[in-house]
Amino acid sequence: MMAAVIEGMYVAAQVILALAMAAGCWRLLRGPRAQDRVLALDSIYLSAMLLLVIFGMRSGGLLYFEIALVLGALSFVSTLALAKFLMRGEVIE
Amino acid sequence: MNLVRFPLLWLALLAMWLLLNGSVAPAQLLLGVIVATLACWAVTPVAPPTSRIRHLAIVATLAGLLVRDVVRSNIDVLRLILSGRPARSAFVNIPLELTDENGLAVLACIVTATPGSAWIRHDSKRNVVTIHVLDTADKLAWADDFKRTYERRLVEILQ
Amino acid sequence: MTGTFSPPEWLQAVIALVVLAGAVVTFIGTVGLVRLATFYQRIHAPTLGTSMGTALILLASSLHSSLVLGRPVVHEVLILIMVLVTTPVTLVLLARAALYRDVAEGNPDVPALPRSTEDAPKP
Repeated sequence: MMAAVIEGMYVAAQVILALAMAAGCWRLLRGPRAQDRVLALDSIYLSAMLLLVIFGMRSGGLLYFEIALVLGALSFVSTLALAKFLMRGEVIE
Repeated sequence: MNLVRFPLLWLALLAMWLLLNGSVAPAQLLLGVIVATLACWAVTPVAPPTSRIRHLAIVATLAGLLVRDVVRSNIDVLRLILSGRPARSAFVNIPLELTDENGLAVLACIVTATPGSAWIRHDSKRNVVTIHVLDTADKLAWADDFKRTYERRLVEILQ
Repeated sequence: MTGTFSPPEWLQAVIALVVLAGAVVTFIGTVGLVRLATFYQRIHAPTLGTSMGTALILLASSLHSSLVLGRPVVHEVLILIMVLVTTPVTLVLLARAALYRDVAEGNPDVPALPRSTEDAPKP
C-alpha cells in the first residue's frame, strides 16, 4: 500500500516536470522575441535535468546523474552562446 | 606557483574531481592534483583579479541570509504567479560603494539567483547597477534593504 | 533497487514528498514563464526551478541514494552547485543581450541609460 503511494508520488513528480517542459515549449514556440525563446530553452533544459535525476532515483543507477551533469553543462554553454549571439550576432569574437 | 596564485580555485577543482569520481584513492588524488594544476595553469593568462577575503564570520552570516532570502522570495514569487495579478515590476538604479570586481560578480550572482530580482546592467564608470525587481510596492525601500543586507556585508568582507 | 539497505517507509515517503514539492515549484516557475507579461518579468520565473526546485529534488536524491547504498553519496551536490553558479551567469548575460537589443531598437519600456536621479540616496 505505502509502496504504491510512494511510487505514485514519483510518477506524479515526473508528470509535473513533463508538463513544465510542455509549458517551456509553449513559450519557445510563441516567442515573441528571440530572448524569450532562449529563456524557454534554458528552462526546458532544467526540467529535463530534474526529470533525469528522478529517473535515476527510481532506477537506482548512478548513470543518470552523469547524464544530468552533462545536460546541465550543455545547458550552460548553449544558453551562453545563444545570449552572446543575440548581443553581437556572432558567438566568438 | 599556480597553487600560490589561485589556492581556492585549485582546491575547488580537486574537490570537484574527487566528488565526481566518488573516491579518495591515491590514484584519483594524483589525477585530481594533475587536473587542478593544469586547469589553474590554463587560467593564468586570463589573469582574473584576486581578492582577499576577511571576516569569515560575515561570510557565514551572508550565506545564512542568502538561504533565508532565497526561500522567502521563492514563496513570494510562487504566490504572485498563482494569484495571477499583474506584477508591480520596476527597474531600480542603485549606486554602489562596492568596487571589488569579484565582489561585484558575487553580488550579481546573489541578486540573480534570488527569484524576484535580476541584475540587468552595471555602469562601471559611475558604479551604478540596474536591477529589475519583479514585484515591489516601494522600490526605494527595496534598494535600501538590498544595500543594507548584501552590499554592506560584501564591502566589509572584501574592502 | 539494487541497494543493500531499504530505508523505513515513512522516510521514503518523506523523500518522495520532497521530490514532488520540488517538481511542483519548478512547474509553477514555468507557469510564470507562460503567464508573466514582459520579458524582464519572465526572466524571474525559471529561477524558482533553479533555486528551490533543484535544491529540493537533488537533496532528496542525495539522501535517498545515501540511505540505499549505505554510504554518503554527494554526486548531487555537485549538480546543485553547478546549477546555482551557472544560472545567474546565463541569466545576467541574457538580460544584457535583451537590454542591448531593446535599446538598439529604441524600445520605450526600458531605461536607456542610468538616469541622473538614482533610486537610492548616495552613500
